[in-house]
Amino acid sequence: MKLITAIVRPEKLDSIREGLESYGVQGLTVSSASGYGQQRGYTEVYRGAEYSVDLLPKARIEVLATDEQTDDILDVIITTANTGRAGDGKVWTVDVHEAIRVRTGERGAAAI
Amino acid sequence: MNAGDTAWVLASAALVLLMTPGLAFFYGGMTRAKSVLNMMMMSFGAIALVGVLWVLFGYSMSFGTDAFGGLVGNLAKFGLHGVLSTGKDMPLTGTIPELAFVGFQAVFAIITVALISGSIADRAKFGSWMVFAALFSVLVYFPVAHWVFDANKDASGNFIGGWLNQLGVIDFAGGTAVHINAGAAGLALALVLGKRNGFGKDPNHRPHNLPFVMLGAGLLWFGWFGFNAGSALAANGTAAFAWINTLVAPCAATLGWLIVEKIRDGHATSLGAASGAVAGLVAITPACAAVSPLWAIILGVLAGAVCALAVGLKYRFGYDDSLDVVGVHMVGGIVGTLFIGLAASPGAPSAGTGLFYGGGFDLLGKQALGAFTVLGYSFVVSLLIGLAIKATIGFRVTTEAEEAGIDIAIHAETAYSSAASGGNGFHPLGGKAASEEISRFNADDLLTPSTKAGKVSS
Repeated sequence: MKLITAIVRPEKLDSIREGLESYGVQGLTVSSASGYGQQRGYTEVYRGAEYSVDLLPKARIEVLATDEQTDDILDVIITTANTGRAGDGKVWTVDVHEAIRVRTGERGAAAI
Repeated sequence: MNAGDTAWVLASAALVLLMTPGLAFFYGGMTRAKSVLNMMMMSFGAIALVGVLWVLFGYSMSFGTDAFGGLVGNLAKFGLHGVLSTGKDMPLTGTIPELAFVGFQAVFAIITVALISGSIADRAKFGSWMVFAALFSVLVYFPVAHWVFDANKDASGNFIGGWLNQLGVIDFAGGTAVHINAGAAGLALALVLGKRNGFGKDPNHRPHNLPFVMLGAGLLWFGWFGFNAGSALAANGTAAFAWINTLVAPCAATLGWLIVEKIRDGHATSLGAASGAVAGLVAITPACAAVSPLWAIILGVLAGAVCALAVGLKYRFGYDDSLDVVGVHMVGGIVGTLFIGLAASPGAPSAGTGLFYGGGFDLLGKQALGAFTVLGYSFVVSLLIGLAIKATIGFRVTTEAEEAGIDIAIHAETAYSSAASGGNGFHPLGGKAASEEISRFNADDLLTPSTKAGKVSS
């Protein structure tokens, strides 16, 4: 099992979610995040004074997947989150030792 | 008495009162989310305090019988003594009841004080601000309003009003008495209080709500038609003349400010549009009955451009005039006041003759004298009041309170629910419980929620 974590543009959240649902993903977790990558932030101008804003708003998506699903789900996220511009985000996976559905006690792939 | 004139002045007074809540939005939007309520409270505090002072003795000090060489009125009209009759013996100012004039001038006193608060955003103790507001009103605004606005004559026609008015300085609606006055006081307070923590560096100092700023600027502009056109004290051609200039000068100033921004920064911004409109309103205030609408357009562009450049001075000189009271009101007021000396048309209602109309340097000299006398007096006295408050009760909140947010530290409130989430109970306040609740609810709790949670679980 893998935990897929994606940091993406907040405005792409809906299209990513639609893509994942049509692939068959049952559930995901979304949280607000802020940060920056290679492109750093941007500059705002107020009455001639410049403020550089480094921490940009991002959406953090977490999805649990079986090993077989992982590559497909990564493809879905990368395709739907891509705009081709700097700031599209990053996706990574980590191994998951165990997953348990709290309500039923099911474990492993059955809990996903 | 003329019913039409009275109706217009009473309506204008209400319009001008609306400017101060408008100013609260204008200023409040420019502060950080954690200090917006304190910013707005300084305007509402000015309304409450100055409104009372005005009726008690402010009107008498400004427009009562001159007590001392055109410098200040006496206290014979304390509590509006002698002007309260509404019958046949009702005292008049021109064609309107003197009481309508009392009300109209009251709202000028209020907004002048409120304007100052923009220079001390995020860091002033509210109580100290209120003490300053009272002392500034008594020692600066009431006398200066007498100097500029009081044109009283005695029964035999001898002038007994303010000395600048007698000298022939033209200030139709308050370029000197209101804007230069407030701007100079703002500069003094910015120096007394010192810079905000992170001034010029911390990106969190940027405005938290620009729609508030736009709303506030709109309300200010709306109210300003009462401010300027109401200053005719009659529903007549002079009022219409001032109204048109109050329309066109801010329009031109908005364009002027935005053009400077586009060239200098690459973007025409909403804050720039709101600021430009206000700068144009400030500049046309003294001149709205003295210059033609064509000159008003030129004045507007000039004021918009000059003020857009002037707001950067605080970074160059290192004083934290947080919301640009100096750059917009003092500089805009000076531009408008001096411009009268150049472009005043003898055919306009104020009937001055500027340099461009063959009047020579006479009027320009008078305007400069008026502008810089008020500027100097207001700056020096405000500085002394500010220093006295700083030395006694203190003027500035602690660094911790400033970082946590002045709203929670001073007012025990937050503007937005996201600023204070969670909590461990609700108790209706009252009596002893109230003080306990407020002392328990301190800003440190907000700063370290994880520490607090740790204590609860252990």
